[in-house]
Amino acid sequence: MSESQRELMKGNHAMCLGAIRSGARAYYGYPITPQNEATEYMSFHMPKAGGSFIQAESEIAAINMVFGAAAAGVRAMTSSSSPGISLKQEGISYIAMAELPCVIANVVRCGPGLGNIAPHQGDYFQATRGGGHGDYRTITLAPASVQEMAQLTYKAFDLADEYRNPSLILSDGVIGQMMEPVDLATIPAKDAPKKDWAVGLGQDKRERNVHTTIYLEPEDMAQMHLKLIDKYDRIRREVQYYEEFRTEDADILIVSYGNSSRVARTAIRHLREEGKVKAGMLRTISLWPYPYRILNEIASNYKAILVLEMNWGQMVEDVRLAIGDKTPIHFAGKHGGLLFTPAEIEEFVCAIDKDPNNPKTAWTPIR
Amino acid sequence: MLVEMIFAGFGGQGIMTLGMTLAYAGMIEDKNVAWIPSYGPEMRGGTANCNVIISDDVIGSPTTDTPGAVMVMNLPSFHKFEPKIKPGGTLIVNSSLISDVSKRDDIKSFYLDTAGVAKELGNLVFAGMVALGGLNEAMNLVKTESLEMALKKLLPEHRHKLIPLNVEALGRGAALVKNGS
Amino acid sequence: MSDVKTIAEPVQEKLVFDRPKSLTKRGFTYCPGCGHGVIHRLVAELIDEFGVQDRAIGMASVGCSVFSYWFFDCDFISCAHGRAPATATGVKRAHPDAFVFSYQGDGDLASIGMAEIMHAANRGEQITVIFVNNAIYGMTGGQMAPTTLENMVTTTSPLGRDPILAGGPIRMVEILANLDGVAFAARGSSSSPRNILKAKAYMKKAFRSQIEKKGFGIVEILSNCNTNWRKTPQEANKFIDEEMVKAFPLGVYKDVFADKSKK
Repeated sequence: MSESQRELMKGNHAMCLGAIRSGARAYYGYPITPQNEATEYMSFHMPKAGGSFIQAESEIAAINMVFGAAAAGVRAMTSSSSPGISLKQEGISYIAMAELPCVIANVVRCGPGLGNIAPHQGDYFQATRGGGHGDYRTITLAPASVQEMAQLTYKAFDLADEYRNPSLILSDGVIGQMMEPVDLATIPAKDAPKKDWAVGLGQDKRERNVHTTIYLEPEDMAQMHLKLIDKYDRIRREVQYYEEFRTEDADILIVSYGNSSRVARTAIRHLREEGKVKAGMLRTISLWPYPYRILNEIASNYKAILVLEMNWGQMVEDVRLAIGDKTPIHFAGKHGGLLFTPAEIEEFVCAIDKDPNNPKTAWTPIR
Repeated sequence: MLVEMIFAGFGGQGIMTLGMTLAYAGMIEDKNVAWIPSYGPEMRGGTANCNVIISDDVIGSPTTDTPGAVMVMNLPSFHKFEPKIKPGGTLIVNSSLISDVSKRDDIKSFYLDTAGVAKELGNLVFAGMVALGGLNEAMNLVKTESLEMALKKLLPEHRHKLIPLNVEALGRGAALVKNGS
Repeated sequence: MSDVKTIAEPVQEKLVFDRPKSLTKRGFTYCPGCGHGVIHRLVAELIDEFGVQDRAIGMASVGCSVFSYWFFDCDFISCAHGRAPATATGVKRAHPDAFVFSYQGDGDLASIGMAEIMHAANRGEQITVIFVNNAIYGMTGGQMAPTTLENMVTTTSPLGRDPILAGGPIRMVEILANLDGVAFAARGSSSSPRNILKAKAYMKKAFRSQIEKKGFGIVEILSNCNTNWRKTPQEANKFIDEEMVKAFPLGVYKDVFADKSKK
């Protein structure tokens, strides 16, 4: 029996623990499945950690409370699931423009509309292209395990503070609901950094701090845009997270993230055990910035690329942006909230391996 | 080692907790483990179920359509999951509530009168533990001490006095399997 | 008058009127005759009087007062439309000892921000809300507001507000006064010096509600929008006194400081 620091936790709980240990002291949420464990966990543990918890009257109110807490210099978080994240977009746009750090977690369910509560990856564009109105981006991290729910949320706060920008955690119902061990040693409790730009007390001893998002003069707004663009460029250079799995000798490269990438891992192992196809995977962890660089570097090592997403094809556009037509791209989607099975992924891979240029499965933006 | 299992039964039979107990015990033994409650279409049809995976390697898919072992506590679960078991896999049947018998000869099946044993222990709530003990014995998954430690972690303090009886239930289940029920 | 000094020598100078410390040096950009200027001044005077300028944090709303942080000399957040009470909540929970106030118009508070104001009040957030009601959307050019009077003509009620189709003017302080979290709720007016002084007295209690941690405090102040009402400032203030007060009676609707033995 080892004296490990491992705890068996639900993904949604691990995410909250990661937040509190990173120094988050404000959480505002609203009930929606499949993320309720997060709000429930925070209702008990956030006050215990000396922070503030409110079950807000709406998703809109919750994100605007986060706006206030973030402006006040506190590490602040909200979480929701897809329809609720749509409501939060107003606030996220304001927070991005005001250049305030915070973390927003989306435990994605199936849409559009009310959809269902099953896991899905349909919010990829919303998460990686800004999501609300205006020209902005949010740092987006996609955990594929309960351990990563804790660790990436922890990391998301650091990134948010470093760049003064909202960070998103994009998970889904499976990652949120499942239990796996979390190594607590990877998320040591720490205090949040002090922020001299925050609103607060002691204004007689400093310049006043104002956080605004309105610049009526186009010239002033352009200055702000240039500042943001400069920041986003810096983030794009510095934050490109991914994991390579058995890519070194692979013929077919799977590109996937989150829950889908786990099923792909099982399929890849099985294909190799059976001696059928040597497949490997690039699992993207940061979805914005997208790891274009590595994908561009390695793409020509493979006969074909298979993009797996539980949607109609969103990240596949980023793959195409990364590699152009260096290597044939194929896409396999999964719909309605159904999960991929290893068997069906194996079937796709075998088919592509036989005919890497098959126009029937090849993905192209040109119709 | 990679064992993918499905636990299924009525809501209220403690299915989720049984799965969690096994996952926790696996973690105590430094294995990779994953537990996930039934999701989507699996939630319908009178069964509550969870997937438990224990593995030496990093776990890929947390769900499985071809489990290596299935533990069913009610009849709808039996019909739903018995056909899915991988050839060579294991089936644990709660024969107190399920009179059907598997016709498959490519799996090992065990029929445990969990309620009978539980009643002897003084409370029907131990039926699930009897089944878990049987599954653990049949699959040779974890040590009983690990399950006991897991229970200590999972049960609230005021329930800890029930742990000895739970451990006895595990042992009785294991004995049933050993004796070829 | 440059020779006054030489006549009355020596001069005892007594300062009777000055700019509050809590206002910046920037001149107001509001329309001449608009109530915002005087209401800003009242808020700034009270920040000075309570000595909380070093810990005052304002929430600007969306509407004509969107740039109120140009004029108040303290930390500020320019909030999303209607959401100031939620943002104020986040700030106040982070800094319980700060003096947190929102300055909102009627479209912002009583229409798009209805949920946020109701729930902040119901939670008894220790914040002070200054609610300026001029019965119209001023900044966007004179559209109908939730507080627009019956039969009042606006750009989106060109035949007058028809209560059958559009409802009637909504009375916020009366509604909010019913909530347990509210410590002080009153309605004043900026139409005359007498009303302005009374409004300031109300605002003082709404400040005290927060500073003495009694709960949520709100003061609604009837104000004119002479530009969009198509009136002169004098006519507009007369309209407040003669018409607006019929729909929006002035007075105190909730007061935790009141001497209950007098009732």
